[in-house]
Amino acid sequence: MSKILFSEDHEYIRIENGVGTVGVTDFAQKALGDVVYVELPKIGASLTKGGQAGVVESVKSASELYSPVSGEVVEINASLAGDPALVNTDPLGKAWFFKVKIANENDLSGLKDEAAYNDYIKGL
Amino acid sequence: MEAAQKTDAPLLKTALWPVHTSMGGKMVPFAGYDMPVQYDGMGVLKEHVHTRTEAGLFDVSHMGQAILTGNDADPAIALETIVPGDIVGLEPGKMRYTVLLNDDGGIIDDLMVTRWDARTLLVVVNAACKEKDFAFIQSKIGSRTKLQYLGDRALLALQGPKAEQVASIFFPDVLKMKFMESVKTSYKGHEIFLSRSGYTGEDGFEISVPGAFAVEFTKELLQEPEVKLIGLGARDSLRLEAGLCLYGHDIDDHSTPIDANLKWVIPKRRREQGGFPGYDKIKKQLDGSTFILRVGIKPEGRAPIREKTELFIGDKKVGVITSGGFGPTVDGPVAMGYVNADVAKTGTKLNAMLRGVARPCEIVALPFVKTNYKKD
Repeated sequence: MSKILFSEDHEYIRIENGVGTVGVTDFAQKALGDVVYVELPKIGASLTKGGQAGVVESVKSASELYSPVSGEVVEINASLAGDPALVNTDPLGKAWFFKVKIANENDLSGLKDEAAYNDYIKGL
Repeated sequence: MEAAQKTDAPLLKTALWPVHTSMGGKMVPFAGYDMPVQYDGMGVLKEHVHTRTEAGLFDVSHMGQAILTGNDADPAIALETIVPGDIVGLEPGKMRYTVLLNDDGGIIDDLMVTRWDARTLLVVVNAACKEKDFAFIQSKIGSRTKLQYLGDRALLALQGPKAEQVASIFFPDVLKMKFMESVKTSYKGHEIFLSRSGYTGEDGFEISVPGAFAVEFTKELLQEPEVKLIGLGARDSLRLEAGLCLYGHDIDDHSTPIDANLKWVIPKRRREQGGFPGYDKIKKQLDGSTFILRVGIKPEGRAPIREKTELFIGDKKVGVITSGGFGPTVDGPVAMGYVNADVAKTGTKLNAMLRGVARPCEIVALPFVKTNYKKD
């Protein structure tokens, strides 16, 4: 059983067995426009909740990707670097950025479920 | 040619604003106007490629169009006292890119000047600069000329390899026009100023139409299958690939035309005779004393290197990026910037410091994409 949560910075985290798969939401990819470059964290890197975990660049601008939780990076999506446009075509699927071993489950309490996130972006 | 401007004033709308919003334009503030950065269903990449392969239609009505007439002489004589170009020698029906200069030879704005006849010029300046420019022109040459702002006209740019074919449906005369030529014509009884020009590196036309006719005319153009609306995002990536300057970024009132590698805007007669602001400084620069130079910069790899990124050779800072991003036609990052003149040679390797990491770059000749102007 996996569950998905969202940050107010428009990252999602899909949680399964204590590991979170992180990417950006459909709302985020629409706001970014055509993504042409991504920078991923290194495997083994120690991330801090709310800290920078990567960079996503569209034709127009560069944006930072923040980690929704603290923890260690256990896997990165190397194919995304070769095909950054996946962020636009399949943000919640093939375009995941990295997997993080969640250090503290309490980090999840500040995140939104899908319904709350959808309400949140409606107000933006 | 343009720069954004932050302001708290309500945003202005061009005559084509209703078209942008009804066609899915994603509207952003730009130079005091509410302008489309891209359109739903297209986006910057597709819009860019469409312009390079078909015909892109840009609303550039926010730019400042004005007629300059001479009180009792050719207004070009007066205008030459504030620009370094050859305007007196401009023949009727021809246009030229030039720059307004301050007393230090710095660029107040870049602009297009078209000669209609011996007493009349049309000038088109950047949106963000138009008030400043018109006040400057008025203060410097207002006693000898009359400047009439054409605030009620819209300006469209139709750009790309299919632009000629589309424009010829409306204006058969375009087939005889070459790059930087201009005619006054009409369509459905409306007076049109038509020129073979633009700012994308592609062949194309800039079409000045009465504001009240702009929506109807735009809708007619959009009925041609080759034509799609293109936003400011692609306008920026297109001009960057074409090696063209964006005012407020690649050129400003601190850069002279020599610094900006725009030496070609000053013809021989003006270099020898002067008679424009900052001539002493520019003359010295022409004689070899330059310190910085605008160059093309090609980053290695895929990471875009953007404006304000610093450039190094070893530990020494040698320059800074002034425009940078992703070039869809190049299919990779492209940039331009200023470097110390002693390293400003094609082939020089340098490092851009991006988020604390040195990224190798090389100085390259501009443009990044071969221009496609109709020169003969």
